[in-house]
Amino acid sequence: MPLPTGASTRTRVWIVVLALLLLGGGATAYTLRAAAGREADTTRTADPGFVLTGGPGTLYARDTATGRVARLDRAAPGGRTAGGPACDRFHAAGGTALCLRRRPGVPARSYVIVLDRQLREVRRMALPGIPSRARVSASGNMLAWTMFATGDSYARSSFSTRTSILDLRTGYLVKNIEQIPLTLGGRRHHAPDVNYWGVSFAADDNRFYATVSTGGRTHLVEGDMAAWSARALRENVECPSLSPDGTRLAFKKRVSDGPREPWRLYVYDLASGREHPVAERRGIDDQALWTDGETLAYGYGGGVWSVPADGTGTPRQLAAGASSPAVPG
Amino acid sequence: MYLATTGRPDAPPTPSGVRRRVPGTVLALGTVSLVTDVSSEMVTAVLPLYLVLGLGLSPLQFGLLDGLSTGATALVRLLGGATADRGGRHKTVGGLGYALSALSRLGLLLAGGATGWIAGALGADRLGKGIRTAPRDALITLHSPPEDLGRAFGTHRAMDTTGALLGPLAAFALLWATADAYDAVFAVSFCVGTLGVLLWLLFVPGRGALPARPLGAPAAPPARGGLLAALRAPGYRRIVLCAGLLGAATVGDSFLYLLLQQRLDLDATWFPFLPLGAAAVFLLLAVPAGRLADRLGRRLPLLYGHGALLLAYGLLLTPLPGPLVLTGVLVLLGLFYAATDGVLMALTGPHLTEGRQAGGLALVQTAQALARVGAAVAFGAVWTASGPETALVAALAALAAAVCCAARLLPRDPGPGPGGRPGPETSERTD
Repeated sequence: MPLPTGASTRTRVWIVVLALLLLGGGATAYTLRAAAGREADTTRTADPGFVLTGGPGTLYARDTATGRVARLDRAAPGGRTAGGPACDRFHAAGGTALCLRRRPGVPARSYVIVLDRQLREVRRMALPGIPSRARVSASGNMLAWTMFATGDSYARSSFSTRTSILDLRTGYLVKNIEQIPLTLGGRRHHAPDVNYWGVSFAADDNRFYATVSTGGRTHLVEGDMAAWSARALRENVECPSLSPDGTRLAFKKRVSDGPREPWRLYVYDLASGREHPVAERRGIDDQALWTDGETLAYGYGGGVWSVPADGTGTPRQLAAGASSPAVPG
Repeated sequence: MYLATTGRPDAPPTPSGVRRRVPGTVLALGTVSLVTDVSSEMVTAVLPLYLVLGLGLSPLQFGLLDGLSTGATALVRLLGGATADRGGRHKTVGGLGYALSALSRLGLLLAGGATGWIAGALGADRLGKGIRTAPRDALITLHSPPEDLGRAFGTHRAMDTTGALLGPLAAFALLWATADAYDAVFAVSFCVGTLGVLLWLLFVPGRGALPARPLGAPAAPPARGGLLAALRAPGYRRIVLCAGLLGAATVGDSFLYLLLQQRLDLDATWFPFLPLGAAAVFLLLAVPAGRLADRLGRRLPLLYGHGALLLAYGLLLTPLPGPLVLTGVLVLLGLFYAATDGVLMALTGPHLTEGRQAGGLALVQTAQALARVGAAVAFGAVWTASGPETALVAALAALAAAVCCAARLLPRDPGPGPGGRPGPETSERTD
């Protein structure tokens, strides 16, 4: 028999054994090194005394180093006190906090944890998916979150998201808002590829804005919880965030098709229909947060930044090594 | 197992009824695929987690990063096949594809959070997969006795699927052990991929190691002309046409899973397990289906396999109880893959000109893949226009028509004896 590589079977077997030792050793060494110092406890709850207060305008965010919610405080060491619960995504408003935490294991599942002002657990649900967005309405009554639902290799054709809404007053949970009757271009829209993400509630706790993606395009939708209907308003708007006075939407606008920095942060005036970019010229992939009536906060490059909403000024870093900014008020 | 068998001569075969051994080269190729699939599925399984939680990207960004377009992949596959055929460089071209995919893990590791580099690494992985598929399938064809091709491809596909099932498990075990160190998954995946390349280099025979054609095999005229020259052979032309026709009536699996989920109001937790169920059935039935194809002639399993898919569509339309529909659809889908995926290659193999196998197989695979993409787009459009039920009925009608056409068009296996290939009893030889 002609030997494939000219070497004898014995030689080839020895090469494989040697390679197994080398590659196995390398893989093990790398894994051990990567595992060292990553003992972060992902089930941490809030320290006693760490609560959602600290005066109006106090900024909370997820601390990347510990994975816990932190209160930003110039006086504290490192500029923050990371005494909150461990979360992957976090938001808080009106005395309610929403914490999304991934559970280890396959397939990807997450906990949705609702906390009160004292950061005591009020409700916990286990849902499939990877945490992507979390929002609490200004009153603290309505919660919305988005899970990224592809985590397995077998359905790789496209991604899908699952957006849920929870009404704390009634306890009513909509696990997936995909079934909401949607009007697009004046017609009722049915499609297998409808995905919603990035919900933002109005002050009445009934109206909401969100992104819907279908047929390869994204649309801004306005939804009505009581009427259980949604209609698309305009194209190319993602992750809308309604201003506290309800007149403007901060959103991500797709400006290029390439994988590098495809989005810019824009502000859209609902009354006039006009939009303008903010002074942040870098690619932003986050649902912006109104820290007050005139300022936006968002994640970029592993930190939390802020920029005036009217297009003036320059971006300013609020915290390095942080994400999921929130101003519980 | 590859260690034990590659020392044996893989050709000419020494058949002894149904108990003949699978050629060592096929087992070696299967092992390389298994190892490579563990490596690549490890990455695929954790990539969404890494991008969304590790880097904070949004789902749509994840979609944008997802590598090469379908057209580019098709072109690369055709080029890979045609290049491999020139001077029988299957091992070199295929090895390049495997090496490129293994190196792409290193790219992911070094990219850090830079999305441009991540997209490049994912593209390189796809490129590698496109390049290597046709040369590998050509090697299976070249190193298996023509009467055992179905079993050879079945064995390879079963090993391949095993790797695809093991990869995610390995990845999530690693994430659990390292408290979400995604870089460790990429590093281990690189090591596993490198092992695959090494196994390819050591155990896959190169040029000049081709077994002599067994007696009765069609004489091999020298290959001439471009990539499309093979289409002059009427049998082959019909196979390409049928692959396209059947592919154009095959709606994507993800649609079927979506329909199942809607129909059963299935909790989303179980959604990722649906493809696992189908893959397990595929894994179990790939070898038996291949053997059956060797006995009955390969056109019948191919047609019955699409019949199984037809039944799956039908089952989704019936008012039967949910669990029954779920089990039925998953089993039928697994059966469909078992009876068609490798069998199509086994059917094509004997119709190809000597020295043109890789290009010929690449063309069939490409026709099928492109047609399936078209089918998915069309199915989605009908769904959007008139709802899922109508779309499913349309798919059912299209597939039924395609199967009828294919039944008329598909050629029988060439070879001695009327009505196709003789059974193993008649081809049996004693040493």
